[in-house]
Amino acid sequence: MLKQDRRSFLKTSALIGAGITGLKSKDTKAQTRHVISEDRMGVLVDTTVCIGCRKCEWACKTAHDLPAGDIESYEDRSVYEKMRRPDDKALTVVNEYSNPDPTKLPTNVKVQCMHCDEPACLSACIVGAFSKDESGSVVWDTEKCIGCRYCMIACPFQIPAFEYDKALQPDIKKCDFCIERTTQGQLPACVEICPVEALTYGRRKDLIEVARKKIKNYPDRYIDSILGDTEVGGTSWMYLSGRDFQELDFPKLGEDPAPGVSESIQHGIFAYFVPPISLYALLGGVMWLNKKKEKSKEE
Amino acid sequence: MEHFMKPAPIEKKYFTPGVMVFVVLAAIGLVFLAIRFIGGIGAVTNLDNQHPWGIWIGLDVALGVALAAGGFTSAALGHIWHREHYHAIIRPALLTALLGYTFVAVSVAMDLGRYYYIWHPLIMWNGTSVLFEVGICVMIYLTVLYIEFLPIVAERFIGRVNLPGLLSRLNKTVDSLLRALDRGLDKTMFVFIIAGVVLSCLHQSSLGSLMIIAGPKMHPLWQTPILPLLFLLSAIGVGFPMVIFESLISSRSFGLKPETPILTNLGNIIGPILGIYLAFKIGDMVIRQTFVYLTTITTESVMYAIEIVIGVIVPLRMFLSEQVRKSPAGLFIASSLVIFGVFMNRLNTFLVAYTPPYEMTTYFPSVGEIAVTVGFISIEVLLYRLMVKIFPVISHPQKDVAPQTKFSVRGMI
Repeated sequence: MLKQDRRSFLKTSALIGAGITGLKSKDTKAQTRHVISEDRMGVLVDTTVCIGCRKCEWACKTAHDLPAGDIESYEDRSVYEKMRRPDDKALTVVNEYSNPDPTKLPTNVKVQCMHCDEPACLSACIVGAFSKDESGSVVWDTEKCIGCRYCMIACPFQIPAFEYDKALQPDIKKCDFCIERTTQGQLPACVEICPVEALTYGRRKDLIEVARKKIKNYPDRYIDSILGDTEVGGTSWMYLSGRDFQELDFPKLGEDPAPGVSESIQHGIFAYFVPPISLYALLGGVMWLNKKKEKSKEE
Repeated sequence: MEHFMKPAPIEKKYFTPGVMVFVVLAAIGLVFLAIRFIGGIGAVTNLDNQHPWGIWIGLDVALGVALAAGGFTSAALGHIWHREHYHAIIRPALLTALLGYTFVAVSVAMDLGRYYYIWHPLIMWNGTSVLFEVGICVMIYLTVLYIEFLPIVAERFIGRVNLPGLLSRLNKTVDSLLRALDRGLDKTMFVFIIAGVVLSCLHQSSLGSLMIIAGPKMHPLWQTPILPLLFLLSAIGVGFPMVIFESLISSRSFGLKPETPILTNLGNIIGPILGIYLAFKIGDMVIRQTFVYLTTITTESVMYAIEIVIGVIVPLRMFLSEQVRKSPAGLFIASSLVIFGVFMNRLNTFLVAYTPPYEMTTYFPSVGEIAVTVGFISIEVLLYRLMVKIFPVISHPQKDVAPQTKFSVRGMI
């Protein structure tokens, strides 16, 4: 079919191969920032302390320029009849779970981005719009995002939300751990407003110590488990509870980082570009052999 | 004298009642698309924060890529394995892939919240992202497809360049440019053909890897680490059925004799490929012991059963029968079933299997989403019909011509 000799064929193949390797090897250098600092911060949520006042919801909206409304309106507890999820208009919400023992108080659980150490969103994002900052925050970059919503597919906690009603510049909305406030030495808005100190802000490793101590000192109050200590490779936000976490609607997740399997397959297929280039060479060989066979038939 | 089969433009009138139906469907789709641009994705689709991807990704993109696999499978068979016999199907398959991938790209853009940033992945790389790999591969492959199509454009216009008005002075220049391009491509086309096959293998499989990161959000019947292999095998498996399906439809539509002998030969290959695919699919189910999910009647188990039985096992059995392979009707039905099977598989993998931990509502595509999908398919059909009228794509018997090799050029010695 194509006229050319073996020499030029090999030469061109080699050139193309070199071109592909040269071109692609760049993308192994990660463009996204994924810093795991020893001193990264976190928050310990003690669900046995939370009274469900929802002041954190108000503070969060105020800090992020979202319509917050009157702080008194947050005293309405009828919102607890239905489970709510964070979305583009509320980056954190509190839910209530009635106690199976009616003499005991219900449990309130604040929900927001967990700020994973191995974030699935960061691994999945097509343009690397997510980064894990050394402060521990997983933040989203509006300059890069193209709005594909793959982060929402990837997130094991179902956190990122999208502005479906915007025709131009829709954002991915999620808790940013108040990175603007913390870099100026302020506390995250929710932690600052919490009237009962259900939220403790601190170095993640210190928080784990605190949590372990609490569990040890009050074995009747807490179950012996810190959610977020090891789940999907560890998260910056961690929870203590007096009840099984699945009763409080936390997803049952293993200890392996969420992007693990996907990344190892991806890296297997692209291991130094050996597999694609070998396939190229193999197909080139098949093509050349078949051509030669035909030529010898003609002669 | 003998009538040689040679690709040539189809000379038949464009508009028929059937074509008008497609025009209407296309127009309806475009109206809904306009609403998406005015009111945002939420104005047209049923997507929400629980279900970020709908049929625009699951069908328009994932199924679209799979059904365009005929382009690379027939290129591999015809050019790399050098089976001259199949050359009649390469051009129609190439055109299908070209239009298919073009609309995959368009569909992705429509589904992106910020479609005007679609070029971002070119300069903002994320090596760990499967979607990045798929995006880059599809972009390069689309370019390769256009390059592979260029010789057909050259063949059509060399010696016939006739620009209107003042531009007619450039006729000679354009003609010689086309000739130079054609000669250059003739020498280097093999590079693009092999690249096309490699790129296809890469992104067809990676399309399966896409959902792996969803982890436990996906039903275990479909969530498996061998998803990329299953996607690649099913894409190779659906490539030739798609070629047969289209060839039979266009023969009927243009009143040509179906190319049954070639299609029968293609049919011979399909059985074994489907067999391998089925073996992996069942083997995966046995090893991961997911068959336990089939013992109760749920949406998932029913959809899985339909996918496997009607979409794989029945057509596999049909393609193994010589009687089926020799009759156009049998080939048509069996091929349609394979296409249906892959349709079900992509639908199941991307939408049915996806159950987020906090699911308050269930997703079903809105009228607008379906209208846009149907509209895009209609535009593809309309463009295909237009292209085969302009360019020499479909082979049909012609008098007084000698058989020519594929890249030989009109007007050259």
